[in-house]
Amino acid sequence: MDLLDPLLLARWQFGLTTLYHFLFVPLTLGMALTVAIFQTTWFRTGNVKWLHLTRFFGKIFLINFAMGVVTGIVQEFQFGMNWSSYSRFVGDVFGAPLAFEGLMAFFFEATFIGLWIFGWDKLPKALHLASIWIATIGAWFSAYFILAANAFMQNPVGYQMAQDGGRAEMTDFLAVLTNPVALAALPHTLSAAFMMTAGVIISIAAWHLMRGQNLEMMRPALKYGLWGMIVSFAAVALSGDQLGLVMVQTQPMKMAAAEAMFDSACGADASFSIFSIGTPDGTGEIWSLRVPYLLSFLSTHTLDGCVEGINDLNVQYTTELFPQFADQVEGNFAPILWITYWSFRWMMGLGGIAALTAVVGLWLTRSKAKRDVPQWAWKLAVWAWPASLGAILIGWIFTEMGRQPWIVFGLMLTEDGVSPSVPGWTVLISLLAFTGIYASLAVVEAGLIIKTAKAGPEPLPGPDDPDPSDIPVADTPTTVY
Amino acid sequence: MDLAYVWFFIVGVLFVGYFVLDGFDFGVGMSLPFLGKDDVSRRQIINTIGPVWDLNETWVIVAGACLFAAFPEWYATLFSGFYLALLVILLALIARGVSFEYRHQRDSLRWKRGFDRMIVVGSALPALLWGVAVANIVQGVPIDADHEFTGSLLTLLNPYGLWVGVTTLLLFWLHGVYFIALKTDGQVQQDAHVLARRLAIPAVVFAAGTVVWTYVIAAGREAPLLWAVIACGVIAALALLASVVANAVKRDGWAFTAGAGTIVFAVLTLWLALFPFVMPSSTDIAYSLTIENASSTDYTLTIMTWAAVIFLPLVLLYQGWTYWIFRKRVTRSRIEKAAALVH
Repeated sequence: MDLLDPLLLARWQFGLTTLYHFLFVPLTLGMALTVAIFQTTWFRTGNVKWLHLTRFFGKIFLINFAMGVVTGIVQEFQFGMNWSSYSRFVGDVFGAPLAFEGLMAFFFEATFIGLWIFGWDKLPKALHLASIWIATIGAWFSAYFILAANAFMQNPVGYQMAQDGGRAEMTDFLAVLTNPVALAALPHTLSAAFMMTAGVIISIAAWHLMRGQNLEMMRPALKYGLWGMIVSFAAVALSGDQLGLVMVQTQPMKMAAAEAMFDSACGADASFSIFSIGTPDGTGEIWSLRVPYLLSFLSTHTLDGCVEGINDLNVQYTTELFPQFADQVEGNFAPILWITYWSFRWMMGLGGIAALTAVVGLWLTRSKAKRDVPQWAWKLAVWAWPASLGAILIGWIFTEMGRQPWIVFGLMLTEDGVSPSVPGWTVLISLLAFTGIYASLAVVEAGLIIKTAKAGPEPLPGPDDPDPSDIPVADTPTTVY
Repeated sequence: MDLAYVWFFIVGVLFVGYFVLDGFDFGVGMSLPFLGKDDVSRRQIINTIGPVWDLNETWVIVAGACLFAAFPEWYATLFSGFYLALLVILLALIARGVSFEYRHQRDSLRWKRGFDRMIVVGSALPALLWGVAVANIVQGVPIDADHEFTGSLLTLLNPYGLWVGVTTLLLFWLHGVYFIALKTDGQVQQDAHVLARRLAIPAVVFAAGTVVWTYVIAAGREAPLLWAVIACGVIAALALLASVVANAVKRDGWAFTAGAGTIVFAVLTLWLALFPFVMPSSTDIAYSLTIENASSTDYTLTIMTWAAVIFLPLVLLYQGWTYWIFRKRVTRSRIEKAAALVH
């Protein structure tokens, strides 16, 4: 393996910086909504505990949001820096949703978040509340445009090839925006983001409740987190099922690779393996634990459906669909199977574990419960956040690794998208720089979030409040740089 | 292909917006060691841009995305070619942004000093390097027949690039000092007036040099908009002088407005000198990227034009309103009070 191979380094850099950026994105998406809901509840009921919860989770939201912004710029610059051939090839189509995202969504988000954070004592209450809702909706629109851009890489639509074959040219923007992959991925991503947020809320609430502090605020927060987790898990599962159907239609190789299924199969033979061991050369399987019919059902919603296998697809791609690329990939259009196979399972498994934790939590804290919540359950609940975070990150690894060897499915191979003028050592320098900076920031960031979470909300007025201030809480700033 | 010319100016407007807005953020950051004599005054300085630095930085994301969408060839050649310079800018912007958020999170002076340094470096480097980058685009860099950049980082560090880089550094700095004078009170404000006076002479010298040098480059290429280059250069120079006078008589609002005008017209001077190229090639002028050969299709540009026509005015409206909401001076006493409340 060549350590200065620009392609390899550029891929590592993209994967690393994107996953890192995506540590902050889901919490921004979900926490914005959470804060908006809490503040609306306070606005309508006047119950001050919702105000304190709003401001508490608002702080965590802010620490997180700043990281999302600064790591987001890297994403946009990186297409041009490391993937200039790709950018030339797709810019006419791919650039537009990014520009729309900036003009129509991100400007709103950034501006109104600033207004919300620093506007507590400057804006009328209703306007202040409106600003967090505008920021939330802006964040969702951002997600939509970015997913539409990504969907073009998975399933290119609404374009034609230029006459000289040098680039893809947009012919139908509406088709690009209503790409079935984007429409299925949006609810899947948003609900997964909310699962992750719910996990964080459960963890924080459990940490305080275990110590018997801030009970009046943390009990409703826990309940919100537990129900949020379960509802969003249901949404994740339903939308994931939909996304799976679309995937079978648009990228059958990805589904075959998710199952590491070499030969096409129908009905009971189209089974889903929960666990499997393959031959060392990765072309066959030795042993597996299988659920019959399940793959057929996931792929076609029928029990007697047929699912194409990797070998058949390779023949079809090589001879009929993409013969011009066959030599370059040596007749193998499949992604790296152990990655797709295991990431598919870990995504679903971790999501299931997260949802299961919430079910147990709801059972233990139900109002008719005769016993106190046992200590082990609190300790477990404090670790609710990594499962859903892991699921969402691994889900992206599956989606993007499953797209390989293509950078745009059927149109361009990943190895042809890299910048030809950038030498390997340059990419290596930037990879090392980003890894170093991101790692140290992760330490500081995690420390701050934990510190803020442990400090908890400001105490409610009453005997617990050591320093009752003359100024109403709602009129004091939350943040002073 | 007419829309491509429109987009040359829309992208220009977006970068002008970015340099005017984040420009004073950079200047505020660079002033920290000169005007922030104790922690309260440093907080006072940082809080002048507290609610807005984030939305100011958003302009570069939108400008970059529009550059990508409207001129994919330009975006690809520029970003892969100016790789290391952009990498340094990215790292600096990250360091600056997180430092704003992190420095106030702990009450330790050592913790704060570390982040203060990162704010200064993270503001000064982009202020310098954006100038270097734009200057090299205007002057031309080695580009081959496939539109690939064939130079290195050292290619960019030529006399004209560095001169313009120092110019943007000084102009942004001055602009930021005007902003501090406009937004603070007490000692910080007084010191800002003095610092602005000290920066005035080098800023005028470098800005004048940039205007003349840019004119020479544009004239050498027989730039079609040469008259506009001259006009913008003269207006930029006059605005700069006006800002210096306004600062001397302590009319902070006028000084800041004129400082913003200086940056607008200085960037326009460079942008118009570039027209109708977007990246002239110094290898062979025939290899150059032009507005026509680097742009997207008419279909894409039409859709983008609709979005820009509808949303850009809206953006200006609500961002302007944001500045209105946060128009009050960041006084020393308010920072002291607020800091006590939050912690």
